[in-house]
Amino acid sequence: MTRIVIRLKLSTGGKRVKYVLMFIETEEYLKELDAMTPGEREQAYQRVYQWFDDHRDKISDRGNKLQGAETATTVRLDGGVAMTTDGPFIEGKEVVSGFTEIDVADLDEALRMVKTWPACPVVEIRPVAEM
Amino acid sequence: MNADVNAEVSTEDELARVVRDHAGRLAGALVSLLGDFSAAEDLVQDAVEIALRRWPVEGIPDRPDAWLFTVAKRRGLDVLRRQQNYRAKLAELQHQDEQPVASDDRLRLIFTCCHPALAREAQVALTLRVVCGLTTAQIAAALLAKESAVAQRITRAKRKITDAGIPYRIPRDDELPERLTEVLTVIYLLFNEGYLSSTAERAHSRDLVDDAEWLTALLHGLLPNEPEVAGLLALIRLHRARTPARFTPAGELVLLEDQDRTLWDKTAIAEATALLTRTAHRHHAPGPYQLQAAIAACHSEAPTWAETDWRQILVLYDMLLTLQPSPVTCLHRSVALSFVEGPAVALAEVDRLALDTYPLFHATRAQFLRDLGRDTEAHVADERAADLTANPAQLDLLRERLAR
Repeated sequence: MTRIVIRLKLSTGGKRVKYVLMFIETEEYLKELDAMTPGEREQAYQRVYQWFDDHRDKISDRGNKLQGAETATTVRLDGGVAMTTDGPFIEGKEVVSGFTEIDVADLDEALRMVKTWPACPVVEIRPVAEM
Repeated sequence: MNADVNAEVSTEDELARVVRDHAGRLAGALVSLLGDFSAAEDLVQDAVEIALRRWPVEGIPDRPDAWLFTVAKRRGLDVLRRQQNYRAKLAELQHQDEQPVASDDRLRLIFTCCHPALAREAQVALTLRVVCGLTTAQIAAALLAKESAVAQRITRAKRKITDAGIPYRIPRDDELPERLTEVLTVIYLLFNEGYLSSTAERAHSRDLVDDAEWLTALLHGLLPNEPEVAGLLALIRLHRARTPARFTPAGELVLLEDQDRTLWDKTAIAEATALLTRTAHRHHAPGPYQLQAAIAACHSEAPTWAETDWRQILVLYDMLLTLQPSPVTCLHRSVALSFVEGPAVALAEVDRLALDTYPLFHATRAQFLRDLGRDTEAHVADERAADLTANPAQLDLLRERLAR
């Protein structure tokens, strides 16, 4: 029997993938934050700093925390005319509150990182498109 | 049914078996070789479809694995030739003679197909296609779904595997329990889908129970020390051992209660029970599949429905409920409870469950009410069960599920 041997770099080894982590807040989470004493809130922030520190070798762009969804402005360009409206692009109980770019081996590594995230209750993992 | 039709069926079964034994192995080897899940899978699917067209006419080749490999390779070269940007890759292709297809990569393949980042439906379709070597048409027929919908599900899942960086590898030790649970859920779904379909539905489609058993046996061979894999294998085999008694010659379902137990495959039951016992000796704290298998074993070893070891079954249900609390499991437990503590206790237990829209809930109540001589109420409950069910055959099916 013959066998194909392809001498190429296989995607199973060595390759890195970039993902953007989108941190998502819920109404309940915001209420919890509001109910915290200044000391508790400081501890919550410390846990987040610690997380960034623990994973600094995998974070390619720390990204930013965003201001609240009530500060968002959305522009729609799809009708031929730019339509500017107040608020986020989707009105909902869950809003994107920050983002970070990571550089890891694969989705499993991203999942391991995200499972230790100490703050907001929802995180979306999106691979960055290679342009 | 005449002999010719039978012969045809067995050839088709054999064809399915041979394809299944080799397609996943080939897919596993090609993914490793090419480093591209989607491309490798396409080549295998092409080879399988060509095999399914040609083997019935030409006969199954002596070395089906070599045959499939050669066809997949040729298809691969065709694809490479057509794509300009693969010129460089083509230049690096070499042929080596007499080397066997790489070692068994199917375990990695299974974990990739059942990755938790894929939707459940996609995991199911992908596992059937990539690991078991079913064609899209066969999957659609088996799942009673539209072929176009299944095709789209598979395409999307394959794209996600590539684009989202889902790895092709066996999970790390600390991730294995969670990921294995995911794989077993997919197989259990396949098993249920096949087991609970009626003979009429099955007549023209693949026997998914067979695929589920095969997959579990494969997994058990690759991960012999995982107790829940052994548990699921025993569970499936115990149920399959009863298959000859599950339907009348006309294809109607026979409830466990009424089955002719002499038709059960005693050897298969003994083997599955032995597997379960061996596993229980090596590992303490049995998981949900082992417990369900143990319940099935109690039924399989009972000479009659009435002489079943209901006390043992009750204990097993209590253990199962500790691991996985669920009102449906409570309902199942109530049948054993009625034999141990009487129908009044069982009825009180069932009346606590919030299962008003579940037909089996009412059918079970009806049974207990009848046992208590409360026939009018029993009749009302039976009607409610029938109202909630599309047809009586389906209710029988649900009742059989209850007795599992």
